[in-house]
Amino acid sequence: MTSSFFHPALIMIIGALLLPLVRGPFKKPYLFLIPALTFLDVVFLSYNPGTYGVVQFLDWQLTFGRVDSLSMVFAFIMALMAIIGSIYGMHVEDEWQHMAAWFYVAGSLGVIYSGDYLVLFLFWEMMAFASTFLIWFNKDEGSLAAGYRYILVHTFGGVVLLLGFVLRYQATGDLSFVQMDVSNPELYTWLIMIGLMLNAAVPPLHSWLPDAYSKATVAGSVFMCAFTTKTAVYTLARSCAGFDVLIVLGVVMTIYGIIYALMENDVRRLLGWEIVSQVGYMVTGVGIGTALAINGTAAHAFAHILYKGLLFMAAGAVLHATGKSKFTELGGLYKKMPATLIFLLIGSISVSAFPFLSGFVSKSMIITAAFESHILWAGFLLTVVSAGTFLVAGLRLPWLLFFGENRCSDETWERACDPPWNMQLAMTIAGFLCVLVGSYTPFLYNMLPNAEVVYHPYSGYHMSETLQILALTALGFFWLRKYIGARETISLDLDWFYRKGGQWFLWTSTNPLQWFDTAFSKAYRVVGLSSLMTTSRFWSWFDWNVIDGIVDGTARCVRAIGSRVGLVLQRGQIQQTIYYTLSFAAVLLISYVWF
Amino acid sequence: MIVQLIDYLRNRWQTVISCGYGLIALILVWSLTVDTSHAHTWAEMKVPGFWGLFGLGSCVAIILIAKWFGGSGIMTREDYYDK
Repeated sequence: MTSSFFHPALIMIIGALLLPLVRGPFKKPYLFLIPALTFLDVVFLSYNPGTYGVVQFLDWQLTFGRVDSLSMVFAFIMALMAIIGSIYGMHVEDEWQHMAAWFYVAGSLGVIYSGDYLVLFLFWEMMAFASTFLIWFNKDEGSLAAGYRYILVHTFGGVVLLLGFVLRYQATGDLSFVQMDVSNPELYTWLIMIGLMLNAAVPPLHSWLPDAYSKATVAGSVFMCAFTTKTAVYTLARSCAGFDVLIVLGVVMTIYGIIYALMENDVRRLLGWEIVSQVGYMVTGVGIGTALAINGTAAHAFAHILYKGLLFMAAGAVLHATGKSKFTELGGLYKKMPATLIFLLIGSISVSAFPFLSGFVSKSMIITAAFESHILWAGFLLTVVSAGTFLVAGLRLPWLLFFGENRCSDETWERACDPPWNMQLAMTIAGFLCVLVGSYTPFLYNMLPNAEVVYHPYSGYHMSETLQILALTALGFFWLRKYIGARETISLDLDWFYRKGGQWFLWTSTNPLQWFDTAFSKAYRVVGLSSLMTTSRFWSWFDWNVIDGIVDGTARCVRAIGSRVGLVLQRGQIQQTIYYTLSFAAVLLISYVWF
Repeated sequence: MIVQLIDYLRNRWQTVISCGYGLIALILVWSLTVDTSHAHTWAEMKVPGFWGLFGLGSCVAIILIAKWFGGSGIMTREDYYDK
């Protein structure tokens, strides 16, 4: 069995390394071929579950290929999204972007198939570093800084995760990446969860997401919206299922995201906040932890990657054509970009959980799991947010971009047009899958990890509930839409602390510290140098008069005594001199013998 | 084609609005006939059009909270971090 295992991440890595060698007409087919091969490998593995790629490294046993029901569904959607994303970015000439994206996908697949924390950490960091380049390759103003903020935050998360699993290894001697004992959490349980939570953008560790995703390249953001958060959701589902605190955090996350999305003026930041909100459902599902909730989490991650990818692709198409991403500079685009409008609407109504579209069959599973576990407050609040989701993504987004008032400049209006064929093809595939998942439920439901759970979304009651919520939310929007129009603002968030903290540090370095340094040099010149001169003058005087005086005086004294002694002893008579010398020698000899 | 359809509807905006209200009424009337015996809470079974009211309440609450929250100083000028 082991011999037939070839890690899907390895296909992406080798593909990325060979990419610069592929030139001319072969490049576009190659950009499709490698993700397609990876996808086929993932499908092949899903028919052959088991543990592969076990390697002995020093004292540790590393597991690269744990293929089971949970890793299968996540790997399937990641590999599928890699194909869609690569098709979407096919027109991009810069091969570094494709390489970064493929390393990023490889990191995600590596995490999903990893069976222990060391392998997980290796691929976890690969994801963080590769995705940073997807931000840096964007030449827009602010992307460089956003990339630095992104990598710093993720490095922090990585260190917390590392600390957690090293402490766990010290306490238990175990590195395997499995369900933790969440009913008796230790310090390391918390640290591991926080490390994983940061990548899932759970508040208060979420600010990196809208910040980074709105600054990435057009094709890069399509990859980013899929992989980091949903890989983190997988790791949480694997290790922290049933951790109660995640229910609270997840619900807070859904509400927080939707409120910020409603205030947002940038298309991709709005979608970023929407991710925070939608991933909140998954985190809640992980916190509930029942078989239905975990199925719901996996299903929602699957559906979410498709419709959110579609929304980011549509927003990217607008940005690609017009170069603008602010609602205050766009609007009324349906006349110029009708195809993009259709794709965006499919994504919008999917995320809003319209019947026969993907959100309907996945989101309701988590809400039902909350009600069935008698966590009524969570069930009701998640339903509030599903109304909010329709409000933000289903109504506000298309209204501000495509209908409503035309706020485009003449130049923007001139440039606006539907995107090239490859972008449209990618959106068609994603749109088709949104409909397929929603209309033909076995496609998704047969892949879910807990096969014994039966769930039927298309009951009369659920349909009626959804339609009532959607219809009356639309009415509320129609009445109050003037309050949520486009405004030239940004919204302050918790990243204020590190952005302002960074600025404060820079200011302190340049202003007070610099001032202190200058003042010190001046004070040194005035006080230090002159006192040094005075001191040295004193020592010079001291040397001249005292030291030299003593030395010279001693010398003069010795000479004076010598001349006196010489006058007495050295009279020039040889007998006397011999006599004195012998007497002195005799005294010395006697005293030596005596003592 | 899509553009013409949208223009057609925009030119008959009042009719579209009336159709919208009609559709909402239809959904609410239909909801009265649906079997609520599998509902999770008492309110869902007893209050007619419960989820409709819930949806409207949610929507209004979210808009007003966002408006208040944004107005409290969270929404600020775009060059806030540059200066």
